[in-house]
Amino acid sequence: MVKWTEEERRIIRGVWEKVDINEVGAQLWARALIVYPWIERYFGNFGDIFTTTAILNNPKLAALGKVVLSALDTAVENMDNFKGIYASLSRQHYENIKVDPDNFRLLAECITITIACKLKAELSPQVQATWQKFLSAVVEAMNSQYK
Amino acid sequence: MSLTDKDKAAVKALWARISKGADAIGADALARLLVVYPQTKTYFAHWPDLNPGSAPVVKHGKKIMGGVAQAVTKIDDLSSGLLELSELHAFKLRVDPANFKLLAQCLQVVIASMFPNDFTPEAHVALDKFLSNVALALSERYR
Repeated sequence: MVKWTEEERRIIRGVWEKVDINEVGAQLWARALIVYPWIERYFGNFGDIFTTTAILNNPKLAALGKVVLSALDTAVENMDNFKGIYASLSRQHYENIKVDPDNFRLLAECITITIACKLKAELSPQVQATWQKFLSAVVEAMNSQYK
Repeated sequence: MSLTDKDKAAVKALWARISKGADAIGADALARLLVVYPQTKTYFAHWPDLNPGSAPVVKHGKKIMGGVAQAVTKIDDLSSGLLELSELHAFKLRVDPANFKLLAQCLQVVIASMFPNDFTPEAHVALDKFLSNVALALSERYR
């Protein structure tokens, strides 16, 4: 289990309270699909995701972005139990949606970049390090049921 | 994943917008590399100060961006364009090539934070591909 100092908890909350789930959620999957287009394989029933314009305006993608960030919100509130809170999501992604778990890492990259655009200099080197430690722990928890 | 004409145009366009800030970008990216991926500090044990903003970090960040600038001018043939730099990294510096990916990620975070309106998803994918290809070219002479 990952250990968090008080300082790290403070930093993560500080980052998260600046994230507008609606705003960032709407941009998240657009960036992921444009930067890592092979992710399209999981979006067969999302309608038109085949041009940049279509991706940027797809309401289903925007909605899914908010779903992902709501799950991240749960992590921020439960820093000491990622494995517990993500166990069933991990199993769902493995057994039902059949997602290659490397995609969790790719989405985490996109989350960090989107937050960098928003927070700018407030995402200092130390804040970035702590935020990435947080996302890595979430990604690890999402990997936990792949067995 | 080789660079298409569209990628090259996007990289050049992004570079045109950010190159004036190259020194600051380099210093910030290197500072982040050392903080976010502390294992990279092992390459700089000879520096008196590894903290963000220190003289050696700022100076070396500038040097790194000189390399990136060179890569942009040699974007049509990175392997031959970066041959000398590859030999430097392979034979003299002996940097584990896994670190190129880490620096690339830090560069992208810095560019996103300093130029959020320019670092659109389209610019992001082009830069990501470009930096991957630069890493490949730098690894060319390793073995």
